[in-house]
Amino acid sequence: LDMALRELKVCLLGETGVGKSSIVWRFVEDSFDPNINPTIGASFMTKTVQYQNELHKFLIWDTAGQERFRALAPMYYRGSAAAIIVYDITKEESFQTLKNWVKELRQHGPPNIVVAIAGNKCDLSDAREVSEKDAKDYADSIHAIFVETSAKNAININEVFIEISKRIPAVDVVGATAARGFKLGRQASESHRTCC
Amino acid sequence: MDGEAQNESVACEKATLAPVDRLRSNRAESPTPGLVEGTEPGAVQKSAFFAHAQSFEDLTAEAEEKAEQEGVVEDSGQTEDELQVLVGERTITEQHAQDVSPQSRSKEEDMSSEAWRSHRKHVFVLSEAGKPIYTRYGSEEALSSTMGVMMALVSFVESDKNTIRSIHADGCKVIFLAKSPLVLVGVSQTYQSDKELLRELQYIYYQIVSLLTLTQLNHIFQNKQNYDLRRLLAGSEYLTDNLLHRLDRDPGLLLSAVTCLPLSNSVRDVVSSSLQAAKAKNLVFSILLAGDRLVTLVRKKDQFLHHIDLHLVMNLVGSSSSFREGEGWTPICLPKFNTAGFFHAHISYLESASDLCLILVSTDREDFFNMSDCKQRFLERLTKRTAYQALKEALKCPSYSVEQVGIPELRHFLYKSKSSGLYTSPEFPELYQSDEEQERLMGLYQDLHSHLHHPVRPLRFFYRCTNKENLLAWVTNGFQLYLCFSPLGTKAMAVSAVNKLLKWIRKEEDRLFILSPLTY
Repeated sequence: LDMALRELKVCLLGETGVGKSSIVWRFVEDSFDPNINPTIGASFMTKTVQYQNELHKFLIWDTAGQERFRALAPMYYRGSAAAIIVYDITKEESFQTLKNWVKELRQHGPPNIVVAIAGNKCDLSDAREVSEKDAKDYADSIHAIFVETSAKNAININEVFIEISKRIPAVDVVGATAARGFKLGRQASESHRTCC
Repeated sequence: MDGEAQNESVACEKATLAPVDRLRSNRAESPTPGLVEGTEPGAVQKSAFFAHAQSFEDLTAEAEEKAEQEGVVEDSGQTEDELQVLVGERTITEQHAQDVSPQSRSKEEDMSSEAWRSHRKHVFVLSEAGKPIYTRYGSEEALSSTMGVMMALVSFVESDKNTIRSIHADGCKVIFLAKSPLVLVGVSQTYQSDKELLRELQYIYYQIVSLLTLTQLNHIFQNKQNYDLRRLLAGSEYLTDNLLHRLDRDPGLLLSAVTCLPLSNSVRDVVSSSLQAAKAKNLVFSILLAGDRLVTLVRKKDQFLHHIDLHLVMNLVGSSSSFREGEGWTPICLPKFNTAGFFHAHISYLESASDLCLILVSTDREDFFNMSDCKQRFLERLTKRTAYQALKEALKCPSYSVEQVGIPELRHFLYKSKSSGLYTSPEFPELYQSDEEQERLMGLYQDLHSHLHHPVRPLRFFYRCTNKENLLAWVTNGFQLYLCFSPLGTKAMAVSAVNKLLKWIRKEEDRLFILSPLTY
C-alpha cells in the first residue's frame, strides 16, 4: 500500500506545569504519570497517524516551560507547521502567559503557523479559573484551534492533533526519506519541499 | 598547602604527560600494592577519561589558599547569639531520625520549629545582595532575614579585608563559601570536617553554574544587583535537593570517582567500540550509564571530562523522569570544563523501561538530529552483536556481594584507583539494608576520609574500632581503600585482608574497571 507520508513539525509552548508533556505522553504513548518531573530543555517524540489518504508523522517538540529555557523557544517554533499553546484552566496566570506566547509567535514565528490552544486539566473543573467561553472567544479572535483537554482522563488529546491535520494545507508531500540530519531550525522548511 | 597535596599534583601531572601505556598481558600478577600511580589494580592503560586534576585537593585548594593568606575567623561572642537563630541543640541521633527525604520537598515547613532547626545539614545559597536563592529545607521567602544576617557576617569580615571561613559553636559548624556572585552557607551538625563541608558547598555551586553558566550569572548580577535568581532556578530546585542527598549517600562523590557496571571485558569492548564508531563532528563526549554506574565513556581526543561534571550529568539524568520517554535535548554547562558556555546534551534511554541511558554531548545547539543519528547508528551496531544481550544480562546484577571476595569478617569496602578515577564497592550487606544504616556507614567513611585528607595532618593509614564495626583506611599514591569489618576482627586480620582484597581486585579488574578507555 502506497500512502503518502507527510512530516508535520509541531511544538508545544506554555507555562511550566500546565501539562505539555502529559499531553504529548498521552498522545504518543497513551499513558499518564501524575508525578512527572518538569521537562529539561526539550523532548522530541514522533507519532504517525493516518489522516484521510495520507500518513501524518508528527515530529513533536515538547519544550520546557521554565524561565531559564525561555530563550531557546525560537529554535523550536522556528519552522514549525503548528504550535500547541497550553494553559491550565485552574490557573489564570497561565492563560496570560499563553497570550504572550501568541504575541511572540505573531512577531517571530513562521507566518503560516497553525496555532492550537489547549486548556488542559479540564478534569479539575471545580478549581476552574479560566472560563471556557473567554478562552474560546480569545481563540476565535486569533483564528486558533481551541479545545479543553485532560491528559489525565484522555479527553480531546487526539482531537487537537486531528484538528491540526485538518488545517495544514494539503499540498506538499514528502517521501519517506525523512528530514533527519537537518538542523533544528531548517527542519520544517525542508519538509515543505517535495522530495525526489 | 601541605606536602602531600603537592606530591600528588606532581604525580598527576606525570600521569597526564606520560600515560602508562602497557599491554593488558603485561600487568603485574601480584599487586605490589600500587604505591606508584598507574600500577594499582584498576589502573588505566591509556590516559584516563577524567581531567587529571587532583581529585579532592583540587576542589578545596583554591578556597584554602585564599583563606590561609587572609587568616581565619572563628567563633566570637557576637556571632554566637545569631547562631541561635540557625541551630538548636540536639544530639546527632535525634536529628537523624527527623531527616526528611529529598523527594518530599516540603516548602511549608515551619521555620521556627525545632524540627527545622535540627536538620543535620542545612544549605543556603544567597546573592551578594543578601537575597535568598536556595534553601535545602523550608521556603526561601521566609528566610530572607536569616540570610540577611549571613550576608552581614560575610560583609562584616570582608570590610576588614578578611574572609570568613567558618563558625564553630554548640556542636555545629557554619561554613561559608563566597563564590562571587553567590554566597553559599552550610550549617552542619555532622562530624564532617570544614574541608569536607566546603567541598559539598562547591558541588552545590557547580550545580547552579551548570544550569546557568557563570557568564550568565555574572551578567545578571552586574545588571541588577538585587535580581531574584529564583526566577531562573524555579523548577530546578529538585536537582540541588537530589545532589545534596547524593552527597550524603554516594561514595563516588566522597571519593571523587565513579563506579562501573561490572561487565566482562570483551562485552565492554564491543559496547565501547560501537559507541566510538558513532561519532560526529561536534560530538565531544558519549556516555553510557546504567543507573548511576558507568558502562562506558568515549571522549574526543585531548578532551577530558572532570568527575564533578560527570556527577552533575548523572545527577541530572538520575533526578528526572522526563528523559524516560522520547529524546531529550538540553543545554548543560560542564563547569569544570568551562564555566562560560553551554554544551548541548542528547539524553535518551536505549529502550523504554531499560536502565541504559545514553548521553551525547555536543558543542552545537542545533545538533539534535546529528546526535539522534549517532544514537541510531550506535544502537544498530550494538543490537546486531551478542554483546548487547550480555550487557542486558549484566544489568540484572549491577553489583556483587562482599562474600565473593572471601575474606571473613569483611562487611564492606570502597576501593578507588587513582589514575583511572574509578572506584569499586560491593553491595551493602544485610546489616546495612536500611537507609539509616547506609547513611551511618557512609558517615563512617566520610570520617575516615576526613582524617586521611586532613589539611594539616593528613594520615596515610588509619585503623579505628567502634562497638559496631572496625574500620581501616589506607591511602597510597595509587589508590584509596576503606574497609569495614565486623567488630570481632583484629587489626592483624584487617591488615592481612588488605593484601587479599587487592589481589582479588587485581584478578577482577577487567570486569570492575574500564582499563582501556577509547577516544574518537
